[in-house]
Amino acid sequence: MIADVLNGILLMLWRVVSDQPAPLAALLPALPEALRPVVSAVLCVSPIIGVFATLFALTTLMERKGLGRIQNRLGPNRVGPFGILQPAADGLKMLTKEDIIPRSADKLVHFLAPVALAVPTLLAYAVLPYGRNLVPLDLDAGLLFFFAVGASTELAIFMAGWSSHNKYSLLGAMRAIAQMISYEIPLILSAVTVVMIAGSLSPAHIVARQDGFIWGWVPHWYVLTPWGFVGFLIFTTASLAESNRSPFDLPEAESELIAGHLTEYSGFKYALFFLAEYLGMFAISGLGVTLFLGGWQAPLPGLDWVPSYLWFFSKLILMVFIFIWIRGTVPRLRVDQLLNLAWKFLLPLALINLFTAAIWHFTAVWQFPGALLLRWLLSAVMIGGAYVVLGRALSPRKKVSLRTYRYAT
Amino acid sequence: MSELLEAPAAGSVTAAPRNYEILPKPTDDGEVGGDLLEVAMGPHHPSTHGVFRMDVVLDGEQVVKLKPVFGYLHRNHEKIAENTTYLASMPYTDRLDYLCSMTNNWAYALSVERLTGLQPPERAEYIRVITAELTRLVNHTCLVGFLLQDMGALGTPLMYAFREREIILDLFESLTGSRMMCNYMRFGGCRVDLPVGWLDQARSALDGYEEFLETFQKFLTENEILVARSQGIGVLPPELAISASITGPMLRASGVNYDLRKVDKYGIYDRFDFRVPLGDHGDVYDRYMIRVLEMQESVKILRQALRDIPGGPIVDPKAKIRGFRPKAGEAYGRIECPKGELGFYLISDGSPNPYRYRVRPPSLINLTVLEDMCLGQTVADAVIILGSVDIVLGEVDR
Amino acid sequence: MLGEGIIKGMAETARNFFGSYHDADRMTTVQFPEDRIPAKENARNFPFLVFDGEDPAKGLRCVACQICEKECPPKCIYIVKDTVKKPDYIGKLQFQPRVFDIDVSVCMSCQICVEVCPFEAIKMDTDYEFGTADRFGGLLLNKQRLAKPNTYYRKIHATEAAEVDERLAAEKAKAEAKAKADAEAKARAAATAAAAKATPTPVVSPTAPAIAPAPAK
Repeated sequence: MIADVLNGILLMLWRVVSDQPAPLAALLPALPEALRPVVSAVLCVSPIIGVFATLFALTTLMERKGLGRIQNRLGPNRVGPFGILQPAADGLKMLTKEDIIPRSADKLVHFLAPVALAVPTLLAYAVLPYGRNLVPLDLDAGLLFFFAVGASTELAIFMAGWSSHNKYSLLGAMRAIAQMISYEIPLILSAVTVVMIAGSLSPAHIVARQDGFIWGWVPHWYVLTPWGFVGFLIFTTASLAESNRSPFDLPEAESELIAGHLTEYSGFKYALFFLAEYLGMFAISGLGVTLFLGGWQAPLPGLDWVPSYLWFFSKLILMVFIFIWIRGTVPRLRVDQLLNLAWKFLLPLALINLFTAAIWHFTAVWQFPGALLLRWLLSAVMIGGAYVVLGRALSPRKKVSLRTYRYAT
Repeated sequence: MSELLEAPAAGSVTAAPRNYEILPKPTDDGEVGGDLLEVAMGPHHPSTHGVFRMDVVLDGEQVVKLKPVFGYLHRNHEKIAENTTYLASMPYTDRLDYLCSMTNNWAYALSVERLTGLQPPERAEYIRVITAELTRLVNHTCLVGFLLQDMGALGTPLMYAFREREIILDLFESLTGSRMMCNYMRFGGCRVDLPVGWLDQARSALDGYEEFLETFQKFLTENEILVARSQGIGVLPPELAISASITGPMLRASGVNYDLRKVDKYGIYDRFDFRVPLGDHGDVYDRYMIRVLEMQESVKILRQALRDIPGGPIVDPKAKIRGFRPKAGEAYGRIECPKGELGFYLISDGSPNPYRYRVRPPSLINLTVLEDMCLGQTVADAVIILGSVDIVLGEVDR
Repeated sequence: MLGEGIIKGMAETARNFFGSYHDADRMTTVQFPEDRIPAKENARNFPFLVFDGEDPAKGLRCVACQICEKECPPKCIYIVKDTVKKPDYIGKLQFQPRVFDIDVSVCMSCQICVEVCPFEAIKMDTDYEFGTADRFGGLLLNKQRLAKPNTYYRKIHATEAAEVDERLAAEKAKAEAKAKADAEAKARAAATAAAAKATPTPVVSPTAPAIAPAPAK
């Protein structure tokens, strides 16, 4: 029996590594009936926590190194070769630091807030397809589940801000609520476009719909359609705001609110917030990859031999890198500008994009020569026109412009 | 309703006791509409540029009252100077505005020269112009970097700015021995002559600087977020600027043509061809742009000065290092330091120590209009308005 | 067009990102304990006392005149004069400092002491690694720790030291010449005095001329 189990474990690992179907089915029959649900759950959950916690560690290092390079510095390079042990040192430091709870804080809520942030963030990972055969939970309404648990993180941030009994925290929490609720709408609307075209709420199914290549080499990803491209940009912008990343890092807003809702957190609670924020960023980037970048699909024909999960993770890291790049470049928006951008620009643009997607979908029956070009042109005119008009309208009262200056001699 | 009508009127928020953190929010018709939040931003806050406090009263995110509180860095500069010799105050002036020690030195040296009638030789005057304009570059570069940092750009513009600043600080170090606390000017001249090859180094540094200004413009000035964040924010009307005796780039951003280099023509500034950029709106963006344009003009002045610098002695032969005792009298020397008009007022009673020593710090006086600029703006704007005032707390508190 | 400036900015950061890998000039930082920026010749940090020759006790140029103590802006110098006199570089008898302390935690590296010193005895060092666990004694440098040979001064500030040495040598030569001249003058004066003494002596005593030339030798 033990030999069976060992055999099953090895077979399961081999199936995972070599991208073969049903890895769990290799192990479960060797186990007693009563153990199967538990083992199955543990085997689904622990790799997610392990892999993404490692990715979090690597990303913090990559971020610091990348920002350093953008600023012509070397970044951390003292702990271990090339600084790769820096995250471990940071983690140890966080663990050994004193955990300070303000005397006037609401202690229970103050304690619960980081937990309440980390748990839903981890739940969101349940529905993402990481590889051809690696979907922890293939829900029919997976997308809905993702957004539902994603929305509950706002509560955790408000808990943190409110319970700290600090004015900066409170301001940060109020900003977070306004920002995250506003950006949820363009985020979901851009995802709805994909749902409309793919005809499914299941992430695995959406990835499957992006299979294959046009003309034999252009992948059939949604980002390579006009509506998908714009949808992807809207999605990326909104996900920057959802994960509180620069230029939408208003809830933390170091130069204004010290650290916003994190002001009164220290030690491992702070680390947990940090972890949850990065996990949230990975989750939402993973969703972006799934919806627009073809999930685990290979970018070129003939690259199918590379395990599918590697494609997923490389796309994920690419998105994270773009997030870091943006963070290293742009200043922060102000609250009213942030909300204006969400409600007056992204929301109408997402709606027009939805309409364009519908037109793209229904013109798919056109078969005459040049039909593809015409469809592209039509979509580009619709979205581009909307972009220009909305962009003009967003600049308030035309008074914001580049200026010329006079000189007194 | 009658008791509600007795709710505090709009102006009386100021009179509320300090230990309340939540104040009733007055409305125009006297009804209490909500709560105000009083936040003490500082003295340890990432964006107050040192130990400075802003007591802001917020209505949501909007500033309804702002009280600047300074004095945390008070070091008794003026009293110390009155108890020490004229020369020994010179290194203390470095520490006033620690970003621009050269201009501080010059202002102090100028007022002592007016007191004693010492006349710096030609070469020393040129060296003073060169170092002062380099200081202006350093200060404005830093300010632009810090302003962007306050707007939330994560360090990148600041790092680019500091990289360029480093080149000039290296020049200062090879000239004076110290990067920031130069202590270089002396009464009637300068301390040491330029080292061999210094002028060539300065010329090549200038070439790099022009390139940097161009890329920095490209990198930031057209950035939509910067434009949206700074235009129309913290407007300072020219009338208020004049009546509050604001000087420097802040005054010129409000459109008032007043530059001591043109007005006083102290030193040898009448020999150089340069222009004074003026803004029309007086907002944060104008203050930012005026500084960028001033840097371009400084580069022009530097090119001319580095071309024309003559040889010769660097200090007035009448100047004494030991036993320096000016005749009894008084003098006021002022220069256009990067932050505004920096003046030193001295009264001598003939002893080795000044009888009265007083600094006119541009940072402090420019800071007095902070509330007028911040009212009605959001707390995020208050931070960048403070950044655009360009203060150094060493000079504000002295 | 909305977004154009942001894209330009991102292109600039990307240029810096990739540039930092192949263009070493862009990187301004150095890896401190291993790499160091070479000190500038004019660099200054904290003062030290110069001595000539091998023995700091003998060759110290400081004559305890206390001008630096008086002029020091933060008053970080403390000097006690010795009661005995020693010859200085030109051979003149001068006081020596019995105690010469500089509290480098107070010193602000302004170089005023160097400027006011008439004896070229105090100069600025470039050493900055004074880190110590001893808060009070460790940063209070006494005469022994402050005294450094002239060869060290020549090493850290070559041009300046050469000038100083030249000036001192000139002064010394002048002083020696003067001393010699003085000695000669004294001798001559003595001789003339003796002669003068000698000349009138025959008036007073006719026996004197026999011993008169002796003092001139």
